[in-house]
Amino acid sequence: MSALQVELVAADRKVWEGEATMVSARSIDGDLGILPGHTPVLAVLVEGDVTIYTGGTPQAVTIDGGFLSVDEDKVVVVADRVDAGSLSAPAAG
Amino acid sequence: MGAQQREYRQRSRSVQSTKKITRAMELIAASRVVKARQRVAETTPYARAITRAASAVATHADVDHPLTTKREQPRRAGVLVVTSDRGLAGAYAANVLKRSEQLRELVEESGMEFVPFLTGRKAESYYSFRNRPFEDSWSGFSDSPTFDVAQEISERLIGEFTKGTDEGGVDEIHLVYTRFVNMVTQEVQVTRLLPLEVVEDAAPRTPENGFPLYEFEPDAAEVLDALLPRYITSRIWNALLQSAASELAARQRAMKSATDNAEELIKTYTRLANQARQAEITQEISEIVGGASALADAK
Repeated sequence: MSALQVELVAADRKVWEGEATMVSARSIDGDLGILPGHTPVLAVLVEGDVTIYTGGTPQAVTIDGGFLSVDEDKVVVVADRVDAGSLSAPAAG
Repeated sequence: MGAQQREYRQRSRSVQSTKKITRAMELIAASRVVKARQRVAETTPYARAITRAASAVATHADVDHPLTTKREQPRRAGVLVVTSDRGLAGAYAANVLKRSEQLRELVEESGMEFVPFLTGRKAESYYSFRNRPFEDSWSGFSDSPTFDVAQEISERLIGEFTKGTDEGGVDEIHLVYTRFVNMVTQEVQVTRLLPLEVVEDAAPRTPENGFPLYEFEPDAAEVLDALLPRYITSRIWNALLQSAASELAARQRAMKSATDNAEELIKTYTRLANQARQAEITQEISEIVGGASALADAK
């Protein structure tokens, strides 16, 4: 199964872009995990961590609310503010 | 040295020091405009993601949201006018204010009340000088706006819009800002911010025409609730950034022509000073010659 194309976007910049095997985020109804092949979804996110699993160590960033859209293995996480201090250098892409 | 000559030299020196200032301002604006354009470009992914998501919801769900619903009889129209904090940018602020005045006439002709919201000290002083009331204003950030400011403005405007005229709010919100086309062209734009028109085309909802059939989490209405205010904020944020880039580009151009004019003036004064010097010399020579021949005649 193909990997997810993930884009993490803050209001003033693109924070991270690359491939991942899984993305988890906290939506209004609870934690939401996205695996490749997920049905298209638009979810409202609340303040919390977004974790991106790239195969190595999972990377977590804290966002202050936003939304997430999934469409044919393309995941876009949009947040107003992203605390990317814990994020390692973006993967190529 | 003759009095005339001295005066020309003095003026030329004074223009020279002005030229140094305008040249410095030109260079500063030139370097900042690059950064400002970069910031506009960096916000594009956010704006695109939000617009895409908002159109997706709007095409898929028949949800009436308060922010997209047109009022039957709008009575008060709010207008956000984006200008600069400082002058010395040519006609930049004047153009925006002129356009907002045209909009005001249009609004008042259609029987609505014009409710101004201002950003930038230029707009504030324009209104307070004319003793005209304005609803609210923000200033002090015009050449490098922050996202927090955009959020604050957007919250205030959405608040006014949701209140509606009956409770002292507004029924429509328009935005007057300067779009950055390129370094030489900046256009004043007027757009309606609220009620929103998200959907560019009302195409039938099939998975083939671009948007897949989304699932909404928790539901379409709540997704719209979270999405639309962000969409507004991103529009305002983008307008502020474009205006900032336009302001700096206008300032660079204005300062460039000021520097060019100063050079022209210096050239003119140098010529005049040379002419005065030459006239003085010629006069001295003719005085000496005249004196000498008078002495020779007297012998």
